[in-house]
Amino acid sequence: MDLFLQELINGVTLGAIYGLIAIGYTMVYGIIGMVNFAHGDVFMLSAFIALLFLLLLTQKLGVTFMPLVFVLAALGSMLMTSVWNWAIERIAYRPLRGSFRLAPLISAIGMSIFLSNFVQVAQGPRNKPISNPFGRSITLTHGGQFNVTMSYSDVIIVVVTIALLAGFWFMVRHTSLGRSQRACEQDMKMAALLGVDVNRTVSLTFIIGAALAAVAGSLYLMKYGVINFADGFLPGTKAFTAAVLGGIGSLPGAVLGGLLIGLIETFWSAYFSTDYKDIAAFSILAITLVFLPSGLLGRPEVEKV
Amino acid sequence: MSVEANAKPALLEIKGIKTYYGNIIALKGVDLSVAEGEIVTLIGANGAGKSTLMMTIFGSPRAREGQIIYNGRNITKLATHEIARLGIAQSPEGRRIFPRMSVYENLQMGASLNNFAHFTEDLERVYTLFPRLKDRATQRGGTLSGGEQQMLAIARAIMSRPRLLMLDEPSLGLAPLIALQIFDVIRDLNKREGLTVLLVEQNAFGALKLADRGYVMVNGLITMSGTGKELLARPEVQAAYLEGGH
Ligand SMILES: Nc1ncnc2c1ncn2[C@@H]1O[C@H](COP(=O)(O)OP(=O)(O)OP(=O)(O)O)[C@@H](O)[C@H]1O
Ligand SMILES: [Mg+2]
Repeated sequence: MDLFLQELINGVTLGAIYGLIAIGYTMVYGIIGMVNFAHGDVFMLSAFIALLFLLLLTQKLGVTFMPLVFVLAALGSMLMTSVWNWAIERIAYRPLRGSFRLAPLISAIGMSIFLSNFVQVAQGPRNKPISNPFGRSITLTHGGQFNVTMSYSDVIIVVVTIALLAGFWFMVRHTSLGRSQRACEQDMKMAALLGVDVNRTVSLTFIIGAALAAVAGSLYLMKYGVINFADGFLPGTKAFTAAVLGGIGSLPGAVLGGLLIGLIETFWSAYFSTDYKDIAAFSILAITLVFLPSGLLGRPEVEKV
Repeated sequence: MSVEANAKPALLEIKGIKTYYGNIIALKGVDLSVAEGEIVTLIGANGAGKSTLMMTIFGSPRAREGQIIYNGRNITKLATHEIARLGIAQSPEGRRIFPRMSVYENLQMGASLNNFAHFTEDLERVYTLFPRLKDRATQRGGTLSGGEQQMLAIARAIMSRPRLLMLDEPSLGLAPLIALQIFDVIRDLNKREGLTVLLVEQNAFGALKLADRGYVMVNGLITMSGTGKELLARPEVQAAYLEGGH
């Protein structure tokens, strides 16, 4: 029971991070029908940017109040990662819109390689560790085989994710930008006939996806205390799996998929074998694609109209 | 042969427009004008290029030659959304309702064009014109019937209070009675609010009766033009577009 509770906490926090990344995949797919393979690396880049801000604040500027440092680092990372993703879309994807279907996909793979190599060269190939800023944790149960704990980082991850998703959901459902986004998703040409600047809306979609990924990157850095140039691939691909599992194009699906993948991965490690946890996660991708191609909350391909 | 567009200056003036799909030419040099406050109709057989002209005015597809002047301004090279923001609204071929948005949200999309300037008032107005839409306000656009979608497409177009309203086959798929009702709505908007209308129609009889002037398009070219009455009286028009005799 204690083990179960502990793994539940770990799974949910990991799942929250996957969910935040998955939204970026699903939004971009929704609006321009493209799988943005570079999104995992955008996440990795955002963690590095957060790390740089963190070092700048603590070592150069001498700020010692860690919660403030983290908030500032996350905000800085959101801003800079957004600029990066905006530029990537402008340079590597937009000119290929309307080209053959595989063109932007290939370009995205190129961007993915570019980003991880760029970070490797600029930051070096070794892990970049930081010390855990919120070392303390809350002990939930005593006795038993071991104490179930929830670190402050875990609490922060859950709270930040829920708050962010609520705000994001409101934006999509009830603001003019959200409506324009959904309009472009459903009929780009008609949206333009109604005065929606499609290019601007697509740009904003990349910016929002990057900002959410940057929050995920900052939280990841806070929780695991380490980042490496190759860390875009696995979390990125798992978040993509989450998006597919939830139903690509569906926002609630991305979050649900993220949670499920996080839980499956942690429970698999705890009860079966850590070595096979990634295989478990990716088996889900294959199984979903074969048996449930439109995902848990996605809509079936065929549609009236 | 052609009748000069009144004394009023043209709100929309199309000169020598050529549009291609790839290498295939769809419009072979079209001239057409619509004066402020007029109802102008464009009729022609399937595949003549009517919808292509409607979309070319919005720059999608873009004309390869010729000029489109709106309100004295050359809009031939403007982006589609910029053209829309000049006060031109279209209910396009195929209606293009946003299928996963509610009726209400579809109307909001129309109103966003003029920043919701008179939203509640305009909403009331379209609900009065099409009470059916009010009943279905929360229903998803994709689940409406064809006729209801047609009403929604027209309602969405007038939510922005356009200066020029373009309708591509608004009576398509509608029961004759509803089609008449739509024509009444168009006439009303024109008479009461001075709305300028460019109307593409299969129902040539209804359209020519409604319109001040009309154009006949054949194979990407305008072959005849004149007042609605004149065109109705022409034997070629009667033979080609009015058989069945309504
Ligand atoms: N997207 C497209 N790609 C290639 N050819 C097209 C495209 N759209 C239209 N065409 C061609 O251009 C010509 C004009 O088509 P258009 O849709 O403008 O005709 P229309 O007058 O609106 O016909 P209808 O009364 O059937 O709606 C047709 O020959 C059509 O096949
Ligand atoms: Mg047509």
